[in-house]
Amino acid sequence: MEDFNWMIGGPQGSGVDTAANIFGKTCGYGGLYVYGRREYHSNIKGLHSYFHLRISPTEVLANVNDVDLLAAFDAETVFRHIGEVSEGGGIIVDENQVNTRLGDVPSLPKEFKSDFSKHLENKGLKDGLNDLLEDAERRGVKVFRVPYTVLLEQVSDRLGMEKLSRATQMINTLAVGISFGLLNYEITLIERAVKAVFAEKPNIAEMNLLAIKHAYNYANETFEKMLKYASPETSVEEERIFLSGNQAVAIGKVLGGCRIQTYYPITPAADESIYLEAHEILETVNPDLKVGVIVIQTEDEIAAINMASGAALTGARASTSTSGPGFSLMVEGLSWAGNNEVPIVLTYYQRGAPSTGLPTRHGQDDLRFAIHGGHGEFPRIVLASGDIKECFYDAVTAFNYAEIFQMPVIHLIDKALANSSQTYSRFDIKDVKIQRGDILKEPMFTGEGFKRFAFTETGISPRVLLGTKNGVHWYTGDEHDEFGHISEESDLRIKMMEKRMGKLETVDKIVSISERVNFFGDHEARNMIVSWGSPKGAIIEALNKLNHEDSSLGFLQIRMVHPLPSRQITEVLKNAERIIDVEMNYSSQLAGILAEKTGISADFQILKYSGRPMTTTEVYNALKLILSGRAPKRQVLTYGS
Amino acid sequence: MVLRSTDFKTDVFVDWCPGCGNFGILASLQMALAELGLESHNVVIVSGIGCSGKVPHFVKVYGVHTLHGRTLPFAQGIKISNPELEVIAVGGDGDGLGIGVGHLVNAGRRNVDMVYLIHNNGVYGLTKGQASPTLRLGLKVKAIPKPNISEAINPIMLAISAGYTFVARSYAYDVKHLKEVIKQAIQHKGLALVDILQPCPTYNDLYTKEWFAGEDRVAGTGKVVPRLYKLEEVGFDPDVHDLEEEFAKKIAAIEKAREWGDKIPIGVFYRNDLIPTFHERITKRIPYYLDNPPAKQKISDEKGAPIAHIEEFFKELRIT
Repeated sequence: MEDFNWMIGGPQGSGVDTAANIFGKTCGYGGLYVYGRREYHSNIKGLHSYFHLRISPTEVLANVNDVDLLAAFDAETVFRHIGEVSEGGGIIVDENQVNTRLGDVPSLPKEFKSDFSKHLENKGLKDGLNDLLEDAERRGVKVFRVPYTVLLEQVSDRLGMEKLSRATQMINTLAVGISFGLLNYEITLIERAVKAVFAEKPNIAEMNLLAIKHAYNYANETFEKMLKYASPETSVEEERIFLSGNQAVAIGKVLGGCRIQTYYPITPAADESIYLEAHEILETVNPDLKVGVIVIQTEDEIAAINMASGAALTGARASTSTSGPGFSLMVEGLSWAGNNEVPIVLTYYQRGAPSTGLPTRHGQDDLRFAIHGGHGEFPRIVLASGDIKECFYDAVTAFNYAEIFQMPVIHLIDKALANSSQTYSRFDIKDVKIQRGDILKEPMFTGEGFKRFAFTETGISPRVLLGTKNGVHWYTGDEHDEFGHISEESDLRIKMMEKRMGKLETVDKIVSISERVNFFGDHEARNMIVSWGSPKGAIIEALNKLNHEDSSLGFLQIRMVHPLPSRQITEVLKNAERIIDVEMNYSSQLAGILAEKTGISADFQILKYSGRPMTTTEVYNALKLILSGRAPKRQVLTYGS
Repeated sequence: MVLRSTDFKTDVFVDWCPGCGNFGILASLQMALAELGLESHNVVIVSGIGCSGKVPHFVKVYGVHTLHGRTLPFAQGIKISNPELEVIAVGGDGDGLGIGVGHLVNAGRRNVDMVYLIHNNGVYGLTKGQASPTLRLGLKVKAIPKPNISEAINPIMLAISAGYTFVARSYAYDVKHLKEVIKQAIQHKGLALVDILQPCPTYNDLYTKEWFAGEDRVAGTGKVVPRLYKLEEVGFDPDVHDLEEEFAKKIAAIEKAREWGDKIPIGVFYRNDLIPTFHERITKRIPYYLDNPPAKQKISDEKGAPIAHIEEFFKELRIT
């Protein structure tokens, strides 16, 4: 079986996510790997959203450009995505809507309409949906015109529903049923998925199952099947999970001992906190140990970070999660935590910026902001996860670093990781360790108080938690002495700055390089890719394909973006003929930082700032162009609606 | 062991202006801690920015001097993580009612069992005397070039509307009264706010010690008539005895809080023990919370292996 790309689209609120969830689970139960990308507007109901699922018998790490089967139940989905459907692929469309014209779709923005009209004019096409569909058929796309209304009426009758409107809510699952009917997929797996998705609502599960089966049978009997994509794998013994970045971070935090999470609602961070709150009571390896995580929704992000700092001073592992606008509000608190050597973890989900920017879309705009945000100079660690699995492990590591080095740790991820979902073998946790750093349980009282900020060689002073007997000490946002009292003395200021900032050198000494960078491909490669964060999956897939085709490429993924392991990076890059920077922002921020810290400049940049993640296809094409010697220094990728 | 207020003094030089109301507040606080027999390591004083922000450095308990306006988020984070600690937040009127007022209001919704002392002197002292949110419309204190153009916030009214379950006022130079009010605030189950009227001898030339003492007002007998009077001495009952009278008690307190000028009430305006604290609310959801709060929870075994069991998560996410 080849890769199969299924896309479902529709107005927000019409169950696109649920449909995708059923589809993905079914494929998973069939032993297939799934990578799912979710795209949505900043809107509750009515604007276009879609889910792109890439399905394969082998592991998938990113999306590609092609769509093999587009499941649409509204006209906008077809207008927006018809160009992505591959030759030999198919489109499921509501037969009642084929006469819709471009101008009839109110939710399509005028920019789209005018661009698309021009595009049609150039191709000599009219702007009716049917004209487009017929054109697609001419290029080998199959169009499945489905009488959704008739099917819904039949389902409604079979369920004995009085109102058709209730059945209309199941149009999303009809699209799932039609899709699986075309694939002739194993029906028992669909049943299992529906029951799992509606686990808490058995009645709804029954209704949806009936609708899916009805549509399945209709498609199976009516249309020519798309069998080249069909079959599930033989049953898989291995335990696999399917999860999003939001979930991976939340579970990582639980494992890592997070006991206080604060947050203010913001996309795409809030789902993590909601998921944590839903699981606030935790099971432990020993049933006598009762633990839990308290999730506090605060009045703003300022409260969120400062409440987390307060909690961290008592010894609870505390974190907060936010996105760019929230981080903007947090930076004063971050500066306080840095000055007071407070071990907090801040999970930073980047999205398209500046300002409100693209609130539900992807971006890697904030690398420099995460590294530099906050007034003054203070130490911090910035960890950038490259995929959902790294999100999980890094969530634990972030807490360890925070406590060992007594500084805020920013766990930098993004919308593509937060909202995409991927199949993995169950995460192995046997090597996960909790390291709490130097905490003094029985300090010696000197009379004046405890020297919380005692000068040491590493810059790390033994920590005493609030409430510890004989440990009274102070914290202040002002410059302070070893007890934590305010001091503006210049000599002390110098020593205290050197103590705090010196901890970054300690990080450099203690943390092994394997925790700070990953390397893929050919170590001796002439062409070296450098990147950070979520482009990882697309880069690895493109690199594997190119190296398979006899190219010579290596990929240095930087995970600890601050402090940067400059020495080791220089070693990897210094002999490369071409250095190719790949990242999702306008100004190639990582390349700028590398130039600053290593003196090495990237020769080529592959960038994207459309708000949609990079696909394997476009990274492959861009790299290929560079290897051919015909590429401009800067390529800007644009794929995705 | 009998504690004295001197047990709560640090050797840090107290750098407030001579005659500052903060001296009275500091003394009252240290006396209250001593009289309640609180052990220094079980108390955390959290402050914001401004002259009042320095209070923690002068008291020998755990001290957390935070950011401008952010006293309450830090304090709540500490108390929620470790409910065994006695948490006392202090801040100025600019800190709590200006830059930090969003936290002041939202803290009321949670009713975390702790104390919030507002040093209320009508001016921003440390930045040289600008109008604070409690300075009344049209007043011109000496450092501002024109009379104040904004209305004042009434901390008592605001706290009652926001859900504080103990709301009181006292006066920085009536150390005995203030100490008693602080003790009651500490002993109250729930979030307690004390509005502390405090002269700023350097920048507030209107609400001076003499003005509060009523030295400009002489009765027929030749004696001065103080402006401040004590609610407990006029039979005012601030307590909500039954939830049915909650609203009426709030209205009565707000009515009292309107008094200003010649007659200024101090004492407890409102007290309600019947509202569940944040800790009680959490305990309803997480029953062992108070026995094993976040700050005390074990997170790993002796070998550093995490103790949280994440099998249930994997089960939910399983796809094979």
